[in-house]
Amino acid sequence: MEGFLYKKMIKNFKIDSIFIYLLIFLWLTIASFPFMWTFWGSFKVELDFFSITNWYNAVVGKNTFETYETNFTGTGYIGAWVQEEFWRSFLNSAIVCFFVVITSLTIGTLGAYALSRSNYKYTFWLLIVALIFRAMPPITLVAGYLPAFFEWNIWGILPTTIIVLVAINQPFTLWMLYSFFLKIPKELDESAKVDGCTQFQAFRYVIIPVMWPGVITAGLFSFLLAYNDFAVTSLLLSDENRTMIPKIAAFLGTTYTEGNIMFAVAAVISATIPLFLLVMFFQKKIVSGLVQGAVKG
Amino acid sequence: MSNKSIFFLIILILAVGGIYFFSKDQINVALKSDVNGKCNIEARVSIVGNEFPAIQTIGKGVKNCVGSVVKTNLTADHQKIHVAGMSSEPAEYTSAIVANTSIIPLLNNDLIRPLDDLVKSYGNKLKTNQLITINGKVMAVAFMANAQHLIYRKDILEKLNLSVPKTYEEMLLAAKKIREAGLSNYPIGGAYKAGWNLAQEFNNMFIGYGGKHFKENTADPNVNSDAGINALNMMKSLSEFMNPDFLTHDSNATTAEFRAGNVIMMNMWGSRVATLTNAEGVNDEIKNGTDISGPLTVGGGKIPASTLFWDGWTIAKNINDKEAEATFKAMIHAIDPLIIKDENVKNEAVWLIDGYTPTNTARGVFSAVEMKTKPYPMLPYIGLMHSAIGAELADFMQNKEDAKKTLSDIEDAFRAAAKEKGFL
Amino acid sequence: MKHKTFFWFILPTFLAMFVFIFLPIISTVLQSIHTPHDKILMTTENCDPFGCKQVTSLDHDAINNLKRNEPLGKFVGLEIYFDRGHLAIKNVNKLWQNNDSVSQFLSSLYDLPFYKALFFTLTFTFTVTPIMLILGFLIALAVNNINQKLRGMVIFFSLLPMIVTPLIGSIILFWMIDSRGIIGTFIQWIFNDPFLSLKASTLLTWIMLIVYGVWHAIPFSFIVFYAGLQTVPKDQIESARIDGASKFQEIIYITLPHLIPLITFVTLIQLMDNFRVFEPIVGFNAEAHATSLSWIIFNDLGGETRQLSSAASSSILTILGVSILLLPILIRTWKDFYIKK
Repeated sequence: MEGFLYKKMIKNFKIDSIFIYLLIFLWLTIASFPFMWTFWGSFKVELDFFSITNWYNAVVGKNTFETYETNFTGTGYIGAWVQEEFWRSFLNSAIVCFFVVITSLTIGTLGAYALSRSNYKYTFWLLIVALIFRAMPPITLVAGYLPAFFEWNIWGILPTTIIVLVAINQPFTLWMLYSFFLKIPKELDESAKVDGCTQFQAFRYVIIPVMWPGVITAGLFSFLLAYNDFAVTSLLLSDENRTMIPKIAAFLGTTYTEGNIMFAVAAVISATIPLFLLVMFFQKKIVSGLVQGAVKG
Repeated sequence: MSNKSIFFLIILILAVGGIYFFSKDQINVALKSDVNGKCNIEARVSIVGNEFPAIQTIGKGVKNCVGSVVKTNLTADHQKIHVAGMSSEPAEYTSAIVANTSIIPLLNNDLIRPLDDLVKSYGNKLKTNQLITINGKVMAVAFMANAQHLIYRKDILEKLNLSVPKTYEEMLLAAKKIREAGLSNYPIGGAYKAGWNLAQEFNNMFIGYGGKHFKENTADPNVNSDAGINALNMMKSLSEFMNPDFLTHDSNATTAEFRAGNVIMMNMWGSRVATLTNAEGVNDEIKNGTDISGPLTVGGGKIPASTLFWDGWTIAKNINDKEAEATFKAMIHAIDPLIIKDENVKNEAVWLIDGYTPTNTARGVFSAVEMKTKPYPMLPYIGLMHSAIGAELADFMQNKEDAKKTLSDIEDAFRAAAKEKGFL
Repeated sequence: MKHKTFFWFILPTFLAMFVFIFLPIISTVLQSIHTPHDKILMTTENCDPFGCKQVTSLDHDAINNLKRNEPLGKFVGLEIYFDRGHLAIKNVNKLWQNNDSVSQFLSSLYDLPFYKALFFTLTFTFTVTPIMLILGFLIALAVNNINQKLRGMVIFFSLLPMIVTPLIGSIILFWMIDSRGIIGTFIQWIFNDPFLSLKASTLLTWIMLIVYGVWHAIPFSFIVFYAGLQTVPKDQIESARIDGASKFQEIIYITLPHLIPLITFVTLIQLMDNFRVFEPIVGFNAEAHATSLSWIIFNDLGGETRQLSSAASSSILTILGVSILLLPILIRTWKDFYIKK
C-alpha cells in the first residue's frame, strides 16, 4: 500500500507541479504580504510603521526601541481598545452582522427559491431589475435616505442600518441563491407536492434540509458586506452606535487635527481576527456550498 | 444546540436588545447625577459636530447638564448630515457645531435661528467678538480660532545662518540654501493634496496677492486675474522644493514628513501644532528644533497669504423655543471660561473664550490675527468655488496646462455649478 | 409555481428592494431634472471674531416664497445632464470643430471632468475584469492540483485581499508604495531608478490602481472557479485522457465550457463593481491623476457644495453605463433562459 502511494507521488511530481507550487507560493506571498506587514507593524510606533526615513525601520523598529526600549509595543492595541473603547464598535459590528446575515438569508432564500421554481417570463425580468438595482452607487442611495430617516426619527440607530444593508445586498444574494436552487432537482419538491404538501411545506420539509451549503456561502458574502461597509454605516449611524470600520476611519483624524494612526492599524488587525476564525470555520463549507450552488451561474 | 434553543436564544437577544434600545435615553437621564448643579435644562438637547479634541470637550460639557435628554453626535462626517438632520420637523439636532466653511450650507438652507434674545438673557459671559452676526443678527457663537501659519526647524535655519522667512519669496531662497547644503532634498512641505487641501492653499496665496474670488456683490467668478496667475506660479515654484508626491500629501502626510525630519518649513494648521512633536518616536533633535511663527506674506503684500477660521455653534430653526433655550444654556455651560483652567483643555485649541491667554503653541494663530489675516470668505457660493478650484488645479501643478487655461477652467466649472444651484 | 404562491415568496425581498432601492432611484431621477430655485442675493454687514465687513448673503424670505410654490425646485429637463460637469454637449461640440485630429480632440476632451472620470473608469473596468478572471482561473487550477491537505490553508490565505477593508487596506498600501516604503523601494531597485515615484506620475498611478483592483478582486473569482472545478464531471476527463488529450486540451475542451455559466456570473458582478470603482482613489489620494464616476458623485455630495442635482445626474448616468456594459451578457442570458424553458 505504502509503496503504491510512493509510486503515485513520484509519478505526479513532474515539472508542471513544480510550476504549480511556485505559482501558489507567489500568489500567497502577494495576497498575504500586506497583511503580514501590517500585523508586524502594528506593534511599532507610527514613525516606524510608515518608515518615512527608511522602510527598514519598520522591520527592526528603531524608533520603537528608542521610545520604549523594546522593539515591540502594544500601545496601539491598548489605546484603541481601552482608551478609545473600540469594544463598543466591536459589539455594534457583531449586532449588525448577525442581523444582516439572518434577515438577508431569510428573505433571500424565500425569494430565490420562488424565482428558481417559476417558469414565467417575469422571473427573468425580476432578476434583471434586481441587477440594475445593484448598479446604483450606494453613496447616492444613502444621500437619498438621510432626509427621510431624519424626518421619521429613525436615523442613527442600528435597526435602520441593518435593514438598509440587507436591502442593498439583496440583488447579489438573490442571484447567488437563485443559481444554487436551480441545482436542487425540481423533482424533490414536485413529488412532495404530489404527496399533498403546499408549496411552503415542500420548501420547509424538503428544500431547507438540503440547502445549507449554498446558504452558508451566500451568508458569508453578506457577512463580509456588512462587516466591511463604510459608505452606509459612516452616514447612517450616530457616533455611539458606530460599527468598526467608521470607528477606524475616525482614528485617522481630519485636515485640521491629528488622528492616531497606530490605533487605526491596531484596530484593523483586531477587526480581522474574527474574520480569520470565521473563514477557518466555514472555509470548507464555502467551497462545498459553491460546488452545489453557484455552479450553474 | 437544537433548533429550538437557537430560536429562543434569538428571541431573547431581540427582546433584551429592544428593551435596552427603547429605554436607553431614560436610563441615561436617570443615572446621571448633578455634577456641579449649574446646568439645569428643561428640554431636549442634541448636538452634531466634528470630532476633534476641543469639540469632544464641549460635548462632554454639554453632557453634564441634567433635567432632560442630552445627546451628542460628534463625527468627521458631520457636515454631510447636519443639513438633513436640521431640516426635519422637528430638527433631530438642536445645535450644530460648525466652522466658517460648514455654516454656509446651514445659512443657505435657512436652518439656523437668530440668537439675539438668548444672548441677552444668558450670554453675559460671552465676549462680543465671539458673536457671529449676519445682517445684524447673531447667528452663531464662536469658541475657537484656527489658521495656517509657518512651522519650521529653528536648528537647521540657524545652522545655515538663515533668518526665519517672513515671505514666501524668502522661504524659496531658504529652501534653495537648505537643498544646496544637502540638509534636505525636499525642504518645503504643505498640504497640497488635490481637492480641498490644494484649493485651500490656492485661496491663501490668491488672497495674499490681493485677489478677490468674485466681482463685487455678485457670484461672478474673478479668479482669472493677475493675482490668480501669480498665485499659481508661486505654488508651482514652491512645489519644486516639495516631495514629488506632493499632490497626494494631506496634512497627515505632511506632518509625518516633518516628524521624520525631511520637511524643514511648512505652512500648516495651528490646530496641529500642539501634538506635532509629541508623537511617539520623534527624536530630540526635531522635538527641540521645531518652532512656529505667523503666516507668510507674498508678492510684497501686507495681508498674509492665509485665512482665519473659527469654530462655533448654532441653534436650529425647526425646534420649539424651549429646546432652543435649553440648548443655548447647555452650550454656554460647555464653553464656560472655567474650562480653560484645565491645562490639557487649554492646549486643545486657540480658544476665544474670556480669560484665555495664548499658550506657546497658539502663538502662530494669534500672530495671524494680529497681522490682519483675512477670514475665510463666508459667501453663499464659496463652497462651489473651493470645489471647482480643487478639481481643476491639479492639471496645472502637473504641468499639463498653463495658468490661464487652468483659471478659465476653474471659472467654467464654477459657473456650471453655480448655475445649477441658482446663483447665476 | 402559481402566481399567488410566487407573490408571497418574493414579497419580502422585493419589498425591501422596492423601498430602499427603487424609490430612491425614482427620487434621484426627479432630482436630476430639477435644480434649486434661483437664489436672491442681498448685501449685508457680517461680523466674526476677526471684524465686520459688507458681504453678499441670501434673501431667505424671497427664496422661501419660491419654494412654497414649487417644492421640487425649478424644472430644467435634461439641462444638468448636458452641462459642463456632465456630458458637456456644447463644449464637446466646440472641441470637435476646433480640433483637426481625433487624438487632439480626445486629449482636450480629457480636460472635461466627466470624460476624464469616464476614461479612467472604462480603462479600469476593462483591464481589471479580464486580468482578474484569468489569474483567478489559473490560481484555481493550481490549487486544484496541489496536495489535498494544503488546500485549506491556501484557500484561507487567498481570501485575505478580499477580506481586508478597502478603506484601510489602501491606506496601508499607500505608505508601502511610497518611494521610501518597502514596495516603492523594491520597485526602484527593479527598475534601477532611485527617483521613481509611483504617486507622482499619472501613468504609474493608473497602473498602481489597476494592480490594486486586480489584487483585491482575485479571491472572488478564485473561490468561485475553484468551487466550479470540483464539479467538472470525472468521467469526461477520464475518457479524454484515454483518447490521449493533453492537459491543455483538457482545460480548453472540457473544463472551460463547463465553467461558462460561472464565468458569466463573475463577469457580471465584476464589470459592475469595477465600473463603480471608488475606494482605492480615495485611499491612495489619487484624485490628481485619476477620478471615477463614483468619485464625482462623492465629490458633489460633499458637505460644503451639496450639488444634489449634479450628483443625481451622475448616478443616473452610472446606471445607464452599467446597463450598456452588461447588455451583451444579459442578451446571452435571455437566450439561455428561453432555450431552457
